[in-house]
Amino acid sequence: MIEARNLTKVFRDKKRGEIRAVDDVSFTCRPGRIYGLLGANGAGKTTTLRLLATLLRPTAGGATVAGFDIVAEPERVRASVGFLATSTALYGRLTARETIAYFGRLNGLSDAAVAARVARLADELDLHEFLDRRVEKFSTGMKQKTSIARTLVHDPAVLIFDEPTIGLDVMTARNIVRFVRDCRTRGKTVIYSTHVMSEVEKLCDLVGIIHHGRLVAEGSLAELGERYGVQDMEEIFIRAVGADGEEAA
Amino acid sequence: MNGQNILTVYGKELRDSLRDRRTLISMIVIPMLMIPGIMAVAVGVSTKMINKARGEVPTVMVLGGDDSPVLRAALAADPKLHLVRTAANWRQQISDKQLRAAVEIPAGFDAALDRGTPAEVKIYNYDGELRSGFAVGELRNFLNDYREKTVTTRLVGRGLPAALVKPFEVKTQNVAPPEKVGGNMIGGLIPYLFILLCYTGAMYSAMDLTAGEKERGTMETILCSPVARTDLVLGKFLMVLTASLTAALISMISMGITFVVGGILMGAPRMTAAAKAGPLPMLDPAGLLLVLAMVLPVAVLFSAVLLAVSLFAKSIKEASSYVSPMIILIIIPAMMGLMPGVELNARLALVPILNIALVSKELVSGVFHWQYLALIFGSTCIYAAAALAFCVHLFNREEVLFRT
Ligand SMILES: Nc1ncnc2c1ncn2[C@@H]1O[C@H](COP(=O)(O)OP(=O)(O)O)[C@@H](O)[C@H]1O
Ligand SMILES: [Mg+2]
Repeated sequence: MIEARNLTKVFRDKKRGEIRAVDDVSFTCRPGRIYGLLGANGAGKTTTLRLLATLLRPTAGGATVAGFDIVAEPERVRASVGFLATSTALYGRLTARETIAYFGRLNGLSDAAVAARVARLADELDLHEFLDRRVEKFSTGMKQKTSIARTLVHDPAVLIFDEPTIGLDVMTARNIVRFVRDCRTRGKTVIYSTHVMSEVEKLCDLVGIIHHGRLVAEGSLAELGERYGVQDMEEIFIRAVGADGEEAA
Repeated sequence: MNGQNILTVYGKELRDSLRDRRTLISMIVIPMLMIPGIMAVAVGVSTKMINKARGEVPTVMVLGGDDSPVLRAALAADPKLHLVRTAANWRQQISDKQLRAAVEIPAGFDAALDRGTPAEVKIYNYDGELRSGFAVGELRNFLNDYREKTVTTRLVGRGLPAALVKPFEVKTQNVAPPEKVGGNMIGGLIPYLFILLCYTGAMYSAMDLTAGEKERGTMETILCSPVARTDLVLGKFLMVLTASLTAALISMISMGITFVVGGILMGAPRMTAAAKAGPLPMLDPAGLLLVLAMVLPVAVLFSAVLLAVSLFAKSIKEASSYVSPMIILIIIPAMMGLMPGVELNARLALVPILNIALVSKELVSGVFHWQYLALIFGSTCIYAAAALAFCVHLFNREEVLFRT
């Protein structure tokens, strides 16, 4: 479960001045559902997700993730969250096994639990072939699988994905999409950010459209279609963000 | 703070670093080769120079003195001088270092000596040039002897005792233990090398663990694990400290090996001779160990400062543009410490790095001022703790971690 209440993040930039990257955003993500955060580049998706993952502290407002407050209990929040983004790379000089074990240990797993978890994830994600090879020599697909194993090592209740398919080839991207669906089946709370309309249509139970840091529309695909009188996600998006969305999208 | 987590982070960083060629080079290879390299060059160059200079009979030109055959004959008879034919371009020859020195005999010197009227002999040399200096020394020795002989002959001629002009003799004798002589010559340089290696050994590691992680995109991955920022930075700090101390320790071991191997190769008597001559220091072993102990808080200070500064950078390149010029901040106080006349006092004992350079100079020559040692160790520990606290503080600031 994720509950964001009036979440706000203001950056102070020397050149650009005050940037309201996330502006008074409230939403709820439920277990067994995928919440899609749809927005153009610079809309504030990454910042929102970093706030939820406690990588950043909110300027105002707050959120609870898996029942923990992001400001008061950031370490417990992180222990309940799996965070996967294009910007979360792996240590090149470690092997896949060492990587999974390292993050397992940082999540407080015992050596025995780590070993069991590595074995299980290797089975599920089909890692055996390269488990003891160094990540720096991996293909994108192998890296992606290892990243997923790293995200899941502590079996988190909440999963946060920040544009995870960016820059991936079709097959690897499909693997990710399948994996995100799996998470839903297992009853995880999933939030998934993207700027790709088709991904939202394929994956998400609930969509939040974010624009200039503000959540401008929220609902299921059907609800949004009804509200804007169009069925196509792209059309919905354009109408939701209004006139100035044309250039942004 | 969670000790288990700190150790987990440290263990991973250690494993990671040991697989990184650049960290290994700065942490192990450079410290291993630096001291033997410097020693070999210093010993090789200076012994060769001194031996060559000592071994050669200096070429000297006599100017004038055609009417003073007695002095000329005496000069020619001195086996320690090699007289060359008089040439007009003698100044040029001295400048070109073909001629070591020239001696000018005034007209009518022999006759003036017989009459007892004062005369002036001039020596021309290349000031500051080692071999020219030896030639001047030989000429002075010769002329002093010649003068004394003249005086003695005159006294005897008048029936007076020779002791009249030499009421007493002056002799100098070195009583300092040999390590003090060597220690003061170059010994100050050794601990300075440790300090420098402490810094360069930690430098790459610090950049790799912070700016390097940002550059490679692993910083965000590790930050979204539940490990507390403080544990994370302390684990990283331990790794940088390990690199720093490893560099210092390896250079120390390598120096020990250099001395043993050098001793066997050169033979002990030649080692001692070289030490007396200056190029090779004789160091007090207990003092050397104390230097290493004093370097410990310095390594903590360097590691924390390096970590903090490189954490601020977004890439290794940026980090290195901050961290490389900072070497100057170490070299200047250390150089000041090497200057003659700068001696340790209570005020200087509080100046970081300079204090270590000064006390090290004393330590390797076997002088132990315990109250200064305590003051230096204590103050450096405080600076180190402050730097580490600052580093932890920075690591808790998102502006630093997510700088755009
Ligand atoms: N650390 C930061 N400092 C200053 N501005 C930032 C920082 N991170 C993001 N921003 C700005 O905040 C806005 C939202 O960025 P972001 O959340 O990355 O958008 P998205 O992920 O939707 O592309 C952008 O204008 C971006 O430039
Ligand atoms: Mg983004």
